[in-house]
Amino acid sequence: MNYIFSLEFIYLIASMTYILGLKMLGKPGTARKGNLIAAGGMTLAILGTIFLYQGEVPTYIYALIGTAILIGTIIGWIIAKKVAMTKMPELVSLFNGMGGASAALIGLIEFEHYTGNTLSIATIVAGIIIGSISFSGSMIAWAKLNGTLNKPLRLPKYNLLNNLVIIGLILFAVYIAWSGTDSQLLLYVLFFVALAYGVLFVLPIGGADMPVVISLLNSFTGLAAALGGFLYGNMVMLTGGILVGSAGTILTFAMCDAMNRSLVSVIFGSFGSGGDSQAIEGASETMTGSIKKTTVSDAAILMNYSQRIIIVPGYGLAVAQAQHAIHELEQLLASKGIEVKYAIHPVAGRMPGHMNVLLAETNVDYDKLAEMEDVNPEFKNTDVVFVVGANDVVNPAAHTNPSSPIFGMPILEVENAKSIIINKRSMNPGYAGIENELFYNPKTSMLFGDAKSVIQSLISELKGM
Amino acid sequence: MNELIEFISQNMQMLYIVILMIFVGVEIIGHVPAVLHTPLMSGANAIHGVVIIGAILVLLGVNPENYLGQALGFVAVLLGTLNVVGGFVVTDRMLEMFKKKKQ
Repeated sequence: MNYIFSLEFIYLIASMTYILGLKMLGKPGTARKGNLIAAGGMTLAILGTIFLYQGEVPTYIYALIGTAILIGTIIGWIIAKKVAMTKMPELVSLFNGMGGASAALIGLIEFEHYTGNTLSIATIVAGIIIGSISFSGSMIAWAKLNGTLNKPLRLPKYNLLNNLVIIGLILFAVYIAWSGTDSQLLLYVLFFVALAYGVLFVLPIGGADMPVVISLLNSFTGLAAALGGFLYGNMVMLTGGILVGSAGTILTFAMCDAMNRSLVSVIFGSFGSGGDSQAIEGASETMTGSIKKTTVSDAAILMNYSQRIIIVPGYGLAVAQAQHAIHELEQLLASKGIEVKYAIHPVAGRMPGHMNVLLAETNVDYDKLAEMEDVNPEFKNTDVVFVVGANDVVNPAAHTNPSSPIFGMPILEVENAKSIIINKRSMNPGYAGIENELFYNPKTSMLFGDAKSVIQSLISELKGM
Repeated sequence: MNELIEFISQNMQMLYIVILMIFVGVEIIGHVPAVLHTPLMSGANAIHGVVIIGAILVLLGVNPENYLGQALGFVAVLLGTLNVVGGFVVTDRMLEMFKKKKQ
């Protein structure tokens, strides 16, 4: 009877909730319940760990744990509830970093208790390295998505430098584990070098690849948690950590697939490294054609006399908080008997599925969101494509220019439509930092301005027609 | 080398779990629609917050005179909680929107 209430049993249940929860997260109908089930399992595991602990613990330690959990819960809850949905990807990155830091700190504290035990020290050291890289890498990814760091920063010979640092880091870690040293100094040096590597690792990677990086660091943190599980022989940490490590890795590859990028080229930066950068410069030089500007009233007239319109939303729409306005425009056009759809590129926004989440927030009808493969053949029968704040996902260079860094990426083939209206704030290139020849297409007219105010003016023009 | 062999034989159970969990993780993610990639990543992000268990164990077992250890352990529990609570709440917020749409 006693066994039923034991910690091991609680951990077993928690592990099951993680598997079940993750499985349910993969289906639209059950996703929310799945998340709650996993959260319930986590709560159970945390409470069990605290209250079923075998050993003498001073009361103030319990107070310390309680305070930390209370503060963490309040801050975490407020941040998660308050931050705008457009900021969601950087939020995931931020929370991921917290987990990585937690794993690294555990290693720093436990080191002295395992001196001389080579394999435990190896586990600890690996946990410190992976946790620290995940932490500092996630912080850089967060800053990049936030716009604080918006250009890829590359030190000279950064690939060589990064590889030397990581090799040095591994050799250093092997030395610490093998030599049986009890030097805290060496451990902290390792910790800081690993932190530095996380920064070096993410800095040169372009903003467009950040989702992949976050997903990768997500699986890193899973691995760090699993290493902790190995150290303590703690099954729930082991199952949860490995599960996320493996699921996160597969998710990373799925995201790379959606962008037609290999993980290697994301990490080692084929965006503008060596010969490629010259190719990009060459490509942008050739784009000196003229662009055609249009006005809100001209665009409104064009839309008013169309039969089929496809809206291509991009991150610019999200930044301008224009998702409600675009929904209103769509309903207005539909009320005039025009067929309106949204074409959603798998990596529109900053993460796969990000745009769907944003549009779902405004109650856009699910049937109106068309996936790339379904909508691409429809462009040639479309009168107007309205591109709002999207750039790289409609760049024909992906099909036509083999020297372009996005060559081969599947895109929305909007250039097949009868006319194209592109709303952008300015002529700045997109997130990947590449020119877009679509802007110079004779069928294209540019409607400059903030997405939200442009769409609102379109709505009032259309209402008057 | 002997130590490694000994370690493996002593931890056979854990190695089984590691290998099986790798396959479970791969299978679970296999055929998920791209729409759910972001919530799924966010949910997985919350689950690796399980590292908080380790942080709690550190604090429970820390030497009462090790003040640095207690301070770092406190921070580790705090950060772990942020990961867990923030992760699950933000995932729920994303999925709440998917639900509204269905009605």
